Amino acid sequence: MTETVMSVRDLSVEFDTRDGIVRAVQNVSFEVLAGQTLAILGESGSGKSVTAQTVMGLLDTPPGRITSGEVHFEGIELLGAPARVRRRVSGEGIAMVFQDSLSALNPVYSVGGQIAELLRVRRGMSRANAWDRAVALMARVSIPAPASRAKDYPHQFSGGMRQRIMIAMAIALDPKVLIADEPTTALDVTVQAQIMELLLELQEEKGMGLVLITHDLGVVAEVAQKAAIMYAGRIIESGTVHELFTDTAHPYTRGLLRSIPRVDRQDAELWAIPGAPPNLLTLGGGCAFRDRCDAAIDLCGAERPSLLPPHSANTPGERASACHRREEVLSGQA
Amino acid sequence: MDKHDVVLTVDDVAKHFPVRGQFLRRSGQVVKALDGVSFDLRKGETLGIVGESGCGKSTLARTIVGLDRPTSGSVLFRGQDVHSVKGAESRTLRRRIQIVLQDPYASLNPRRSLREILMQPYQIHPDVMPRNKRLDRVRELVELVGLNPDHMDRFPFQFSGGQRQRIGIARALALDPEVIVCDEPVSALDVSIQAQVVNLFQRLQSELGLSYVFIAHDLSVVRHISDRIGVMYLGKVAELGARGEVYDAPLHPYTSALLSAAPIPDPTLAGTRQRRLLAGDPPSPVDPPSGCRFRTRCWLAEDRCASHEPPLARVFDSSDREVACHFPLPLTAPTASR
Repeated sequence: MTETVMSVRDLSVEFDTRDGIVRAVQNVSFEVLAGQTLAILGESGSGKSVTAQTVMGLLDTPPGRITSGEVHFEGIELLGAPARVRRRVSGEGIAMVFQDSLSALNPVYSVGGQIAELLRVRRGMSRANAWDRAVALMARVSIPAPASRAKDYPHQFSGGMRQRIMIAMAIALDPKVLIADEPTTALDVTVQAQIMELLLELQEEKGMGLVLITHDLGVVAEVAQKAAIMYAGRIIESGTVHELFTDTAHPYTRGLLRSIPRVDRQDAELWAIPGAPPNLLTLGGGCAFRDRCDAAIDLCGAERPSLLPPHSANTPGERASACHRREEVLSGQA
Repeated sequence: MDKHDVVLTVDDVAKHFPVRGQFLRRSGQVVKALDGVSFDLRKGETLGIVGESGCGKSTLARTIVGLDRPTSGSVLFRGQDVHSVKGAESRTLRRRIQIVLQDPYASLNPRRSLREILMQPYQIHPDVMPRNKRLDRVRELVELVGLNPDHMDRFPFQFSGGQRQRIGIARALALDPEVIVCDEPVSALDVSIQAQVVNLFQRLQSELGLSYVFIAHDLSVVRHISDRIGVMYLGKVAELGARGEVYDAPLHPYTSALLSAAPIPDPTLAGTRQRRLLAGDPPSPVDPPSGCRFRTRCWLAEDRCASHEPPLARVFDSSDREVACHFPLPLTAPTASR
């Protein structure tokens, strides 16, 4: 169960904008294991969605540009692969669930027709077989009365039901990796819980690797085994979720965890990280978090810290933190 | 029950919107966005309102500040009906109740500078502040909400999301209100910014003695900031009570399901919590279920729930707890008092 299905190495993406070059993703590396959930956590503008889009081959070029990196999937390097190979991998190898299901589905075709089209084109199924399979997939994601609902159009479904249809479509070709980009952000709490439950159930059933892109620390804690925290385009800390939450080795992660109120307890005052995320256009050298950091030292302005394992971590092989003071932060001395 | 200083009373407020039928004709159906909502807001307290989309939270906010006129019922500010006072009295009254909206990108005029945005309340209500004192007051407000007074000539696009929300708060404070209705004020903000704005709300409350109606779908933020909580479902209040009581020992099955669905950022708790997953989506407010509106998703529902609508009623004589359920959950947690 610990076989690596996809690995991303040293990925960097930049965008040409009117105001200059935005380095949206820099030197991002991670591995996705079969049957495991990796969460990529970050705030808006941290580069988490651009990373997902690039891996999926959905990056608009221009204005986007991949400046370095490799994505390996089943022995193929995807970023340099010809379009024909990429097309085969997407859907069948790596599939994606988007946040906004209303704009991701085609409004003028019935949802059953959209799922069936995928199966006809990719699996060469007959019209009737593809339709039956589409209905079965809709049943699998627990859409009530799937046979009649398959004839309905996207706008006739609620947000939660549409997200189920997106998931049905994503698993139609039995992918090895499923990338879910904020799959529950637009949904209500009770529906969000249903969708996460469904994703985990399908992951277990099919042994998929799941990459969960999110800004919600609560969701990460409940469903992911590993997580990578992004800030200003870089992964600043990674490791098992349990360790990241209990033995934090980066001041940003620590600040985030302190700043969220919890539904199961009462805190007097919230810790707040001062300031705002930096402008990616004017990002200089040094650590991008230093202006907001409560542990910053002179070195942080002069030299950007590399993502390295802290020696004192319980599982140093799995942990990494991009902080000059990682050991002190981990031991609570900074 | 001891007498509290009540600033705002929402009394059996209903708001129905006609549903547009084909070719702009009315279909005869109505969306019952609010259907008999009542509560008191006390001086200096924060009443949190939680519920899923479509439960009527935002309509409630608009009705309280007078942007929407209720179909029936009334909103009283210190005994005066917000919707029936006229003329000068109405203007004075409206100053006292202000609103902070969710989307700081949409609620600020992009063509006005920070100075102009904050001067506008005084142009609409010129008798509040003499002309020569206004700019000083605006400067004070800017500092009060933690913005830089040197940025008075900047336009909304030059501010970040968190800063824009601070502008929205400063604007709401300009006319010295007693009540601020906050409609999802931190939902559009990033996690690291959200805490700053929540802390600002709390600081302003203790400095200025404000009362908040704090509407949000994020249960943990509402728990953090509120003194009392109202849980809404399909245009009605399902449960009302002190924060600790509602969160630690919910009486209404819906409250309990809502709380169990909220993720907790603590991996050591993963899998240990009892989860109650509700089936399906909330029903349409155009055609709500008969009797109790939650019965179609409730695991405790019996025949009576379909035939008789449970009223929102006080649970114990001595406490503030109110619940609208025929079969409320048993009180188990130690915080609940009889």
